Amino acid sequence: MKRLLLALALLASPAFAVQPDEILPDPAQEARARALSKELRCLVCRNENIDDSDAQLARDLRLLVRERIAAGDSDDEAMAFITARYGEFVLLNPPATGANLVLWLAGPAALLAGGGLAFAVMRRRAAASEVKGLSAEEEARLRDILKD
Amino acid sequence: MITELGHFALILALVTALLQSTLPLIGAQVGDRRLMALAGPAAAVQFALIALSFGALTWAFVTSDFSLSLVVAHSHTEKPLLYKVAGVWGNHEGSLLLWVLALSLFGGCAHWFGQNLPLRLKARVLAVQGAIGVAFLSFMLFTSNPFLRLVTPPMNGNDMNPILQDPGLAFHPPFLYLGYVGLSMSFAFAVAALLEGRVDAAWGRWVRPWTLAAWMFLTIGIIMGSLWAYYELGWGGFWFWDPVENASFMPWLIATALLHSAIVVEKREALKSWTILLAIFAFGFSLIGTFIVRSGVITSVHSFASDPTRGMAVLAILGIFMGGALTLYAAKAGDLEAKGVFSMVSRESGLVVNNLLLTVAAFVVFVGTIWPLVAEVLLGRALSVGAPFFDAAFSPFVVVLALVLPIGAVLPWKRAELSRAMRPFLPALVLAVAAGLLAWAVGSGRSTLGPLGVALAAWLISGALVDLWGRSGRGAFAARLSRLTRLPRADWGRVTSHAGLGLTIFGVVALTSWSVEDIRVVKQGESFTLGRYEITFEGIREEAGSNFTAQVADIAVKRDGQLIDRLHPAKRVYPFAQMTTTEAAIRPGVLGDLYVVVGDEQDGGGYAIRSYLKPFALWLWIGGVMMGLGGLLSLTDRRYRLAAGAARAKPQGVPTE
Repeated sequence: MKRLLLALALLASPAFAVQPDEILPDPAQEARARALSKELRCLVCRNENIDDSDAQLARDLRLLVRERIAAGDSDDEAMAFITARYGEFVLLNPPATGANLVLWLAGPAALLAGGGLAFAVMRRRAAASEVKGLSAEEEARLRDILKD
Repeated sequence: MITELGHFALILALVTALLQSTLPLIGAQVGDRRLMALAGPAAAVQFALIALSFGALTWAFVTSDFSLSLVVAHSHTEKPLLYKVAGVWGNHEGSLLLWVLALSLFGGCAHWFGQNLPLRLKARVLAVQGAIGVAFLSFMLFTSNPFLRLVTPPMNGNDMNPILQDPGLAFHPPFLYLGYVGLSMSFAFAVAALLEGRVDAAWGRWVRPWTLAAWMFLTIGIIMGSLWAYYELGWGGFWFWDPVENASFMPWLIATALLHSAIVVEKREALKSWTILLAIFAFGFSLIGTFIVRSGVITSVHSFASDPTRGMAVLAILGIFMGGALTLYAAKAGDLEAKGVFSMVSRESGLVVNNLLLTVAAFVVFVGTIWPLVAEVLLGRALSVGAPFFDAAFSPFVVVLALVLPIGAVLPWKRAELSRAMRPFLPALVLAVAAGLLAWAVGSGRSTLGPLGVALAAWLISGALVDLWGRSGRGAFAARLSRLTRLPRADWGRVTSHAGLGLTIFGVVALTSWSVEDIRVVKQGESFTLGRYEITFEGIREEAGSNFTAQVADIAVKRDGQLIDRLHPAKRVYPFAQMTTTEAAIRPGVLGDLYVVVGDEQDGGGYAIRSYLKPFALWLWIGGVMMGLGGLLSLTDRRYRLAAGAARAKPQGVPTE
């Protein structure tokens, strides 16, 4: 319960996520920092990215991201730098490698499997509907009846 | 005394539910009409008892009875009355009571409105419903009793979490629970049908209103939660892909699929076993949601008290009901023979595509939600799955769904010709492409998602209009117009919901692609411009509420030099709960919201002020409400009203013209 309250307190604290004094002078660099911040998890919060979080640790991470960008790191380098220090838990977007492939491929695989199954069933159903149509003999009789 | 009455009523409700879940089931098996007939009255009694119990707890909250530990933990004498009442369900125990209240309400409704149900089916449906009641009532009485007394009551309570003290959130849980729990009716109908070994058009007609009602409540509940997040959390986010949000979204997706496949059962007697499976899974996901919210195994920003034993109990309930239903399904589903045949291009196949996309989308959300848990338990890795994953993995399904939806909705049953069905949509297509290009041009290529979303939204909305116009038949304009007014409400419902989806997509895309943000330190009297607005910070003052104090900022908003509005964003301090909240000030508009939040006083003087332009935000909520409204329109369709009185209705001759 304490942890929940703490989390909610952090969530609802009036302090801003990104503070005015954090913003980089170069708008292009700042935009990159904002984009990266949305991919990084605030470690002490519940499922919040550092861009939205009010926690002190999130601020530290935001400053670190900006420090790396200002130092000339590319986006990948900055992310690698942070992942190396904070672990993969910090990544909100799990990389599609190793076991995480299961996560990323679950959807496409399910779509293929489900789509294949649905297609097979529907084709059988469609074939059944054609069998149930009139045979040539029946057609001829129908024409006879209609002629009268 | 009232508390004890409530407690006692709850125990009696458990006993009633035990009877309701066993005797009618036995009766249905051996053919004893008296035992079967017990189900209805038992459901009504169970509802009355739980309502009494709920009333007792509400009374304790309203009168601030601090001898109840639940009231102490979640209320305060100074709290406004609305939140004293909402406090009843603003916690784990009380919300469970609301859960079972909704459950028994649906059971009671099945009794009151289900006069035309065959006795045996009704007995089985209510027995399954009773069994769910037994599970949750015992869960509540044995692990989460809301009526526990304290030996020495304190002078006052701890107040409720202030961010929950909001009208949006006061009504968000009841709607959500009506939705979750409403799906238990679909589940009960599915299990009863499996026990009967028979699913026919009548079954489809009986089960669909319940699913529609549940879906409608779920839609409104989710929209309310989203709206609440938008204005309360202080930066205008509306969806976070948080596990608890996903917990409500997964049943919504499955219920949407179920809603559509039940039409096929009703109209064409096809997709029977699939519909049964969906009904089982829809409720299954509701239970998974309950598990996620109450167990704390998956970290989330807004969940109830984390307690592993409670989690285990919910998991056991989930296992019993899902395991039981799926075993029954495996044994009996083969008996359900499909009657209706359809070709590869037909309304039926369109609905199959709808179901495929929705269920796989729900599966993606499910895998993403539990993946951190799986990785931790099986791989020993601590990792996160957040919004970027869901945005990437989920959005394609929405895109494809939106692309095929308008066409699928107008395909004729049984056999259709694609080129012929698509012909009326040419204007809609042109409009959609034009809207997308316009968005591209105006947004000057800032985002690729934006134009695509705008095109999809335009496609959906104009497609819904084409659908509606197509339903008016042929002939003179005036004749068609007058025929429109006499269309079945189900048609209006479908069109409204589909157009609503388009508006929601538009709102989401506009918000995510074209929001403008401004963060700066502003001193008293200073101004800055944001878009077309000139914003002046005039100062800050103290204000007192009943259980909080607030720092309220005065902000003047000018456009073209004219004062058009004054906004008052605030920070509130709740001393009893020892928490603070931000209150954003929003100037809503058809073209977009102006959203202003005031922050801390800065060291060098002035306050940090964050302001946003949130383009077309309003349309997101309007679209959501329209989806729910469409559900309501469908629910009031003549065929369900007729079905309710079907016993009396005599078939009427068709007049020849």
